[in-house]
Amino acid sequence: MRAEIRILSLYPEILNIYGDRGNLITLVQRARWHGLEPVVTEASIGDPVDFRRYDLVAIGGGQDREQKLIAADFKDEKGPSLAEAVREGVAVLAVCGAYQLMGKYYRTAQGEEIPGLGIFDAWTEAGSRRMIGDVVVETDLLGGTRTLVGFENHSGRTFLGPSARPLGRVLRGHGNNGEDGHEGIVHRSAVGTYLHGSLLPKNPHLADWLLQRALDYRYGGSVRLGRLDDEFEERAHAAMVRRLLG
Amino acid sequence: MRPKFLLALWAGKLAMALSRRLGRGGSSLPGRIARRIEPRVLDELARGPHMGSLAISGTNGKTTTAKLVAGIAARAGRRVIHNRAGANMIDGVTAAFLEDATWSARPRGEVAVLEVDEASVPGVFAAIRPRVALVTNFFRDQLDRYGELNHTVGLVRQGLERLAAGGRAVLCADDPLCAGLAKGLAPGVQVPVAAGTAAAGIAAAAEPGGPASDTLFYGLEDPTAGGAAAHAADARRCVRCGHPYEYEHVYYAHLGQYRCPACGHRRPRPQVYAENLRDADLTGTTFDLVTPAGVRTCRVQAPGLYNVYNAVGAAAAAYALGVDLDVIAAGLSETSAAFGRMERLKAEGREVLVALVKNPAGYNQVLRTVLGVEGPKNLLLLLNDLAADGTDVSWIWDVDFEVLAARDGELNLVICSGRRAEDLAVRMKYAGVSPARIVVEADPSRALEQGLRFTRPGEVLYVLPTYTAMLELRTVLQQRGYLRGAWDI
Repeated sequence: MRAEIRILSLYPEILNIYGDRGNLITLVQRARWHGLEPVVTEASIGDPVDFRRYDLVAIGGGQDREQKLIAADFKDEKGPSLAEAVREGVAVLAVCGAYQLMGKYYRTAQGEEIPGLGIFDAWTEAGSRRMIGDVVVETDLLGGTRTLVGFENHSGRTFLGPSARPLGRVLRGHGNNGEDGHEGIVHRSAVGTYLHGSLLPKNPHLADWLLQRALDYRYGGSVRLGRLDDEFEERAHAAMVRRLLG
Repeated sequence: MRPKFLLALWAGKLAMALSRRLGRGGSSLPGRIARRIEPRVLDELARGPHMGSLAISGTNGKTTTAKLVAGIAARAGRRVIHNRAGANMIDGVTAAFLEDATWSARPRGEVAVLEVDEASVPGVFAAIRPRVALVTNFFRDQLDRYGELNHTVGLVRQGLERLAAGGRAVLCADDPLCAGLAKGLAPGVQVPVAAGTAAAGIAAAAEPGGPASDTLFYGLEDPTAGGAAAHAADARRCVRCGHPYEYEHVYYAHLGQYRCPACGHRRPRPQVYAENLRDADLTGTTFDLVTPAGVRTCRVQAPGLYNVYNAVGAAAAAYALGVDLDVIAAGLSETSAAFGRMERLKAEGREVLVALVKNPAGYNQVLRTVLGVEGPKNLLLLLNDLAADGTDVSWIWDVDFEVLAARDGELNLVICSGRRAEDLAVRMKYAGVSPARIVVEADPSRALEQGLRFTRPGEVLYVLPTYTAMLELRTVLQQRGYLRGAWDI
């Protein structure tokens, strides 16, 4: 029997900007190519969700309008269950807007503090300048030092608290806030990041890290991923590293 | 005549003549020079044509729709001022007027037909005060450049408040974001402020009120056209209250017959529309054009449902301008699509079809059109990430390339080219196209050569480039003699 992997796509019809859908496509396809059986569930506003029943949760970003639409539902209805699931080790990929909402708060330009879920030891402040462009990040998360490539487009500046572990160090681009050289956050099996592009297709090693963490949550380490032929993915990754770092 | 204005005019015209002499396109530079000397030069020039200006904005279809309207106006015997080269920011619009005016500042054109970049709408409309403003649709396009879609909608809204006295907004009824621009509909979702990226965009979009003008709606009335909602839909939620729309019928993406079950906001009834769509093939689509002045049969000389929208929009705009219905129908049917918008040519005995692709909604329409043709498919896809294409290529993940995989057996090969050829190849693989059919060749010239070599005589090579890739391709085609004469861009 093939091992199952239960993927939850949260607010897919609302939080899908910058090709966030590509991350889901990548998780599903790679799971299939690895011989797993991906089962995708979508949940949106008003749907009650017990996040511990899933192995991997993917949440994207949105424009202000979309973020406002989901804010109350995400914080009040889904937040407590998601926080519990992260504590128990469910894998999460939260991009851009979802990354911000999973932090402690968002401070607007007017100084108002809008509370977040508080899962990540991080907070975000409105910035006046949009940080846009290609990014290369160096990370130790994936065994040895590896690069991640992506594209960022955000004006919120995110800062990490003392207990937080960044996803990586910025080699090119702005990252969390354009100041401290950090990009993203890793907390247990949850990853928050500003990288899109989409992120996972050109970073198959990160996709597989998430899939493995999801399998670990579900099967306690008894199911291991093998290696796939990632020639196209690695060429795309290398092309960006070459272009940006020379 | 004020000397500063004349100086600006002459400097602009001189720059234009010089740039022509040097063989440069230079479609915006003369405008930039003239505006540097006299910032209000466009305001004065735009007062010239006695029939006023007709401006076209929106995400998709600007160039083709403007060409169709210009074709109709020419058929009506009017001399047209038109930024035909597609320079659609304020300098390009200024240049079109400069080109038309005589050295003594007399306008030759009787009507200006201008496509206007969405971000340039407030400035351009304030200067030219359009008599008719057509808004085609709103899709996500180049978010790296324009920021958020709501912001773009807000910019166009500002422009519609600057129409000439008695001016008319012509809006697509089938696009909720577009129809939401109509007078009296307060836009913006009334929900509590929450964490997000900078709130700059929403502020403009949330201003209540609307254009102080009469509105004419256009759309489609044919339940057999279109079908499935694609992932590129950008407005599935009510522009007024945020509740999901219910669709009685979807033409494509979020265009269709929508209704909000919560607040009742619904698609307005179009006064100008297409019905009985028929005989659709690679050369075009025939339909009945219904207007308050009567019904005429038309054929738009370009394939795909999106070109029917372009045609109906052009017809509605011309109608709003007061053009006779017979002239509209004849003008529409005589005008071909703008360059690179499903343009056909011959090379090495193969038919080559070039279709510009620049955002998910348009791409899906082109794929649907290509797959609607019988026979093996040879595809050359070119993806660039220069400023004019959008430096962020994430949008390729919102294109439904999965439809190609569903027809994998008909695919001979998919050549991925352009500056982001590798990204396209990954997208193809994850869409489910067999890796054996995927070829990566970043150089467009070599990619074209390969495409022609693998396309058997009698087959079609479908070339789908982004904007700057299309310009590169055009140069290659000209150098090889596949293109005679200047392309109409």
